[in-house]
Amino acid sequence: MNYKIQENYLTVYLPKEVDHYNAEEMRKEADLLITHNHIRYLIFDFGETEFCDSSGIGVIMGRYRLLNLLGGEVWAVHVGARMRKILTLSGVLNIMKIYEEERA
Amino acid sequence: MRDTNEMTIIFDSRPVNEGFARVAAAAFLTQLNPTIEEVADVKTAISEAVTNAIIHAYGNEVHNIEIHCSITGNLFQVEVKDQGIGIEDIKQAMEPLFTTKPEEDRAGMGFAFMEAFMDHISVQSRAGEGTLVTMEKRIGKERETWTTQSL
Repeated sequence: MNYKIQENYLTVYLPKEVDHYNAEEMRKEADLLITHNHIRYLIFDFGETEFCDSSGIGVIMGRYRLLNLLGGEVWAVHVGARMRKILTLSGVLNIMKIYEEERA
Repeated sequence: MRDTNEMTIIFDSRPVNEGFARVAAAAFLTQLNPTIEEVADVKTAISEAVTNAIIHAYGNEVHNIEIHCSITGNLFQVEVKDQGIGIEDIKQAMEPLFTTKPEEDRAGMGFAFMEAFMDHISVQSRAGEGTLVTMEKRIGKERETWTTQSL
């Protein structure tokens, strides 16, 4: 899993495909990083992601539960049209906001 | 018969095969000249059905999953079949957010995604007798409407 930690921000760079196969490892690794580094803000970067099924949604929901307990927040960046459709449909946008970058 | 084609794949219920299954079905689908959106819809729906078979039907044991794809005209049909534990209450299983495995971070969105991305879905299952999920999608609906429109 590719990630970056800056102070209490954890950015997770999601892979090209997010499914049950790779979600498993991602949630374990993310939980370790969150608890060991006092993370309060988790940012899912969808920049590379072309495919995501409900297993990916499960990862987001689970991490939200954890961060919510810690008083933190979950954000999404670089959300393409397909990912926006999946995230909207799943209702996960009620708990995770999309950070919209200003277009140059 | 003209305008029909079909294929079947049987593979082990290992998570690594989830990607293989959806890509194989998507490759078969390309002969209908689908849009990128339609391919993505079918891939997501198949990924959901296969993941259900691996996690729920077989409880992560390795057995066979069978996928049968067929094309009739512009209608794509896919069946995902397992011989796992089956579903006792299909109606409940299909409710959004219902899951028997919340501790594993399952979203309970599998069937909801299949319903959303395909035109039609039916589930046949009995406890202890495996599950058959049949899904259909008509390919090229949008194209048809604009090519048949008179100017």
